[in-house]
Amino acid sequence: MSLDKPYLDVPGTTIFDAEQSRKGYHLNQFCMSLMKAANRERFKAGERAYLDEWPMTEEQKKAVLARDLNWCISLGGNIYFLAKIGATDGKSFQQMAGSMTGMTEEEYRNMMIGGGRSANGNRVVGEDGDAQAHRQPQGKAGQKEKV
Amino acid sequence: MAKITASVYTSHVPAIGAALDLGKTTEPYWQPLFKGYDYSKQWMKDNKPDVIFLVYNDHATAFSLEMIPTFAIGCADSFTPADEGYGARPVPVVQGHPELASHIAQSVIQDDFDLTIVNRMDVDHGLTVPLSLMCGQPKAWPCPVIPFAVNVVQYPVPSGQRCFNLGKAIRKAVESYDEPLNVHIWGTGGMSHQLQGPRAGLINKDFDNAFLDKLISDPAAAAAIPHIDYVREAGSEGIELVMWLIARGAMADVNGGARPKVAHRFYHVPASNTAVGHLILENN
Repeated sequence: MSLDKPYLDVPGTTIFDAEQSRKGYHLNQFCMSLMKAANRERFKAGERAYLDEWPMTEEQKKAVLARDLNWCISLGGNIYFLAKIGATDGKSFQQMAGSMTGMTEEEYRNMMIGGGRSANGNRVVGEDGDAQAHRQPQGKAGQKEKV
Repeated sequence: MAKITASVYTSHVPAIGAALDLGKTTEPYWQPLFKGYDYSKQWMKDNKPDVIFLVYNDHATAFSLEMIPTFAIGCADSFTPADEGYGARPVPVVQGHPELASHIAQSVIQDDFDLTIVNRMDVDHGLTVPLSLMCGQPKAWPCPVIPFAVNVVQYPVPSGQRCFNLGKAIRKAVESYDEPLNVHIWGTGGMSHQLQGPRAGLINKDFDNAFLDKLISDPAAAAAIPHIDYVREAGSEGIELVMWLIARGAMADVNGGARPKVAHRFYHVPASNTAVGHLILENN
């Protein structure tokens, strides 16, 4: 009998379960290494060479170099680990979270000040909320990239 | 005998710690949030505990993927504030209470909860931000603290029901400790928030306020909320709210006593990506 995973149909969301954790083990442990100031310096001095010290997949390395957090998460990354990359880059948690929506920093910040993203339409895949796949990217940052 | 006299519930958003440490508390963005804790800081002075049992989660700080304990109790003499990548917060070292912590570990494990005993651990914003919110910026924290870390990072996290039952076992353990200590139990994390994916920034005021109502007057119903409801309604990181149920399970009314008094209730959106909720319940 397969495991019950009722969270697979939540839009715009990847639950970091045992399967994701297994896929992302080396990616997340690489992130963990950035907790040490000396490692942050070494990473910044040569990102590719530093990544090559880890038994990560080529795609995981590319996702890190691109700073594409959604891509990292799809490959087993977890946001609390990935946040160490953001900290190394001097980014706040809000900047990191916003970067996954396609909004500019200002757009995302204003959404939060306005009370945040509504759960309406965003509970189950197939509804029409702003986190649904057919409505990505959501903001100007993402649209700019698309052009 | 030791006694649990009150429980405190609060979010532990890292940006709150940064705002405090950088002196931004009076800025228009932060001022309404910190105002909500003015009462709490006075309350802490008027109701100073001997020990705080502080339930929180580690955010890939002390625990990497090498080891993921579901429940970890800090039994050390002291715990150093961690460098989470931005440098350590300039807050006091946390003094532990090894004797009470070891006593609780022994009692709770014998009640079938498999705690991991931790004798060396740095503590991150999950633990230090609640202390800052409740105590301000003192040179030393007002009393010893027992850190109790719950895994809410890798799914599956413990269920609300299991957390609630664990709270009952902790209460029993505290009440069998000989020294007459005044103990507070704090549940931290939440409220609604999601930090990942295109759905990042989700906030659900209706869910949060209904949760606060339920936690106060029908905690058994709050404990019955399944994981998937937190994920759908309160965001993937809203699941941290299960930690509040550990504190609530340790209150008198759950264990045959009188209903608690609601000393303080506060709710504010946003702090960075997160809805902030706060309650103080006193045992009568």
